[in-house]
Amino acid sequence: MHDPATPAQPGHRTSAWTLIAAAVAVPAIAFAYVGGWLAPHRLTPAKVIDQFQHNAGTFAGYRRNHAKGVCVTGHFDSNGQAQAYSIAQVFAPGQRTPVVGRFAIPGSNPYAPDSSVPIRSMALRFALANGQQWRTGMNSMPVFPVATPQAFYAQLQAQQPDPATGKPDPAKIAAFFAAHPETAAFRAWAKTARPSASFATESYWSLNAFAFVDAAGRRQPVRWRMVPEANDAGSAANAPGDANYLAADLTERLARGPQRWQLQVTLANPGDPTNDATKTWPDDRRTIDAGTLVLERSESQASGPCRDINYDPLVLPAGIEASDDPLLPARSAAYADSYLRRTSEEAHLPGTAAPMREASR
Amino acid sequence: MNATPDRFTPAARALHWLMAVMIVAMLFIGVGMVATVSARHEWLLAIHKPLGIAILLLAVVRLAVRLRHPPPPLPADLPVLQKLAALASHWLLYFLMLAMPLIGWAMLSAGGYPVMLGESLRLPPIFPTSPVAFAVLRHLHGTFAMLLFLTFLAHMAAALYHGLIRRDGVLASMLPAPPTPADDSDQA
Ligand code: HEM
Ligand code: HEM
Ligand code: HEM
Repeated sequence: MHDPATPAQPGHRTSAWTLIAAAVAVPAIAFAYVGGWLAPHRLTPAKVIDQFQHNAGTFAGYRRNHAKGVCVTGHFDSNGQAQAYSIAQVFAPGQRTPVVGRFAIPGSNPYAPDSSVPIRSMALRFALANGQQWRTGMNSMPVFPVATPQAFYAQLQAQQPDPATGKPDPAKIAAFFAAHPETAAFRAWAKTARPSASFATESYWSLNAFAFVDAAGRRQPVRWRMVPEANDAGSAANAPGDANYLAADLTERLARGPQRWQLQVTLANPGDPTNDATKTWPDDRRTIDAGTLVLERSESQASGPCRDINYDPLVLPAGIEASDDPLLPARSAAYADSYLRRTSEEAHLPGTAAPMREASR
Repeated sequence: MNATPDRFTPAARALHWLMAVMIVAMLFIGVGMVATVSARHEWLLAIHKPLGIAILLLAVVRLAVRLRHPPPPLPADLPVLQKLAALASHWLLYFLMLAMPLIGWAMLSAGGYPVMLGESLRLPPIFPTSPVAFAVLRHLHGTFAMLLFLTFLAHMAAALYHGLIRRDGVLASMLPAPPTPADDSDQA
């Protein structure tokens, strides 16, 4: 039995109750602060994803960015040359690793015409034999416009359509660029870039830096890029006026045979920036050819195997690690929120946007 | 060593306080990591997963300890409703400390993620990949976390109420035995 009760005296009681109230209030307030509810200025993944939706609308079931895309499957054949720098099993000599990938164009509207942007993207999930995975999302440009999630968010805000015109306000975009000179390299690239007629003829850059880790635990900062074998200008499938020529072109090419890319890994010299995706590394940096990506089949993203994959760039195997690039954790956190929203819509959970597969634009 | 009439066994007390710290930390880590796009998201998640699995393992041990050594009875003069509330909230806490890590593990499995606890330590999936299951489990993980936090607050307030207002020995039953020779409770 417990001790017989000896209740506190009335005077003590008030202070005891105060103590109990404080003991509850302090952790409750701390919890609310840490959870962001009392810190409205903190940039959260939800805010970033909300901004995508403000800009383009909500397309239930679709990715909140790079919404229009197509699934591909194939494999990666390693030639062993990256093994000296990374213990990842995917780089073992002669190793073949199955790949589920996705080609896409940036933007939140799954009905946008393929010619609306000059950028294409390639996302890959390597399923290593040891059960680990390597996921990567790459874009067809050598530099990213911004270096931080805060700047990315500011850019999205500047691009939000003006309710009066239905178009982004050019003054706001100009003000954003003026305040963000780091966008200059990207803008110079964008001036000459043309929307390609094919996914198969593009190079895709990791943009963010990562680190390869060798058997001795040494970290080598790297960036990688997929360089296409196909280099023809276009294809017959590119009928004028067709808004969806990229998927058609891909199907046609794959019907003729597998499409290939070389995985080129660039090794940074000491001092090369690893935390700034707006800056390229000098051309003379050592580049190794790690192997060949072979893509064999494409499928619609509505039913293909890439639909339910979150190409989170921080799903990495032993032997590949994140760098100090601040875009990487932001991507990981934002993609998780986008993934939760679109899977919740697929599950028809209450409170989620109604499915609108055939929706308006 | 068994629970004496007025104190939990040393094992039960050690597990209680160790896990109290771990679980409260997990709740803060969890809400903190999903509310930021900074590098905190990454390193908090890297702590969250192994710490959560450690809680699962300890919870299994703790449940075994609990079933072998019944706790000291509550004061006889405690109103029935309060006794019921104590019983219900304790089992709710046991349920949640087992359910939370299992849901975390299952939701990553359903989402098709490799369940990595470190560089190369990987747990097998415990649920088939399914976007619908992922979404349901992920929301459950968040909702149960809030329920766990509220239950913890009520539980802590109740423990302090026993210790400071009723002064009935319930709080002491979870504290280290006082070293006074007059106290014979730990002489088993
Ligand atoms: C802070 C900066 C960024 C944010 C907030 C962001 C946001 C997003 C979001 C929300 C998605 C949809 C994810 C999903 O639902 O599965 C996405 C997809 C994608 N992003 Fe980013 N992104 C950022 C930077 C980058 C960078 C630097 C790259 C460059 C390499 C990139 C490449 C991609 C690719 C390739 C996809 C498509 C993945 C797929 O096909 O499923 N993103 N992005
Ligand atoms: C006692 C155990 C656990 C507690 C108390 C806990 C608590 C939490 C909390 C409070 C959140 C934020 C929920 C929200 O606001 O939506 C969260 C998210 C999460 N938890 Fe746990 N968790 C536990 C165990 C685990 C385990 C064992 C795993 C995986 C192995 C896990 C994986 C995750 C993941 C992946 C997220 C979401 C991260 C994101 O979306 O960015 N949790 N957890
Ligand atoms: C500062 C925080 C805490 C205090 C002051 C506290 C205090 C206590 C006390 C005095 C008891 C004994 C009740 C009795 O005699 O029946 C107890 C039991 C218990 N506590 Fe806590 N506790 C705290 C935090 C936690 C946390 C975070 C958890 C888990 C999530 C937890 C889970 C439990 C459980 C499950 C029991 C029941 C033990 C049993 O009957 O087997 N406690 N706690």
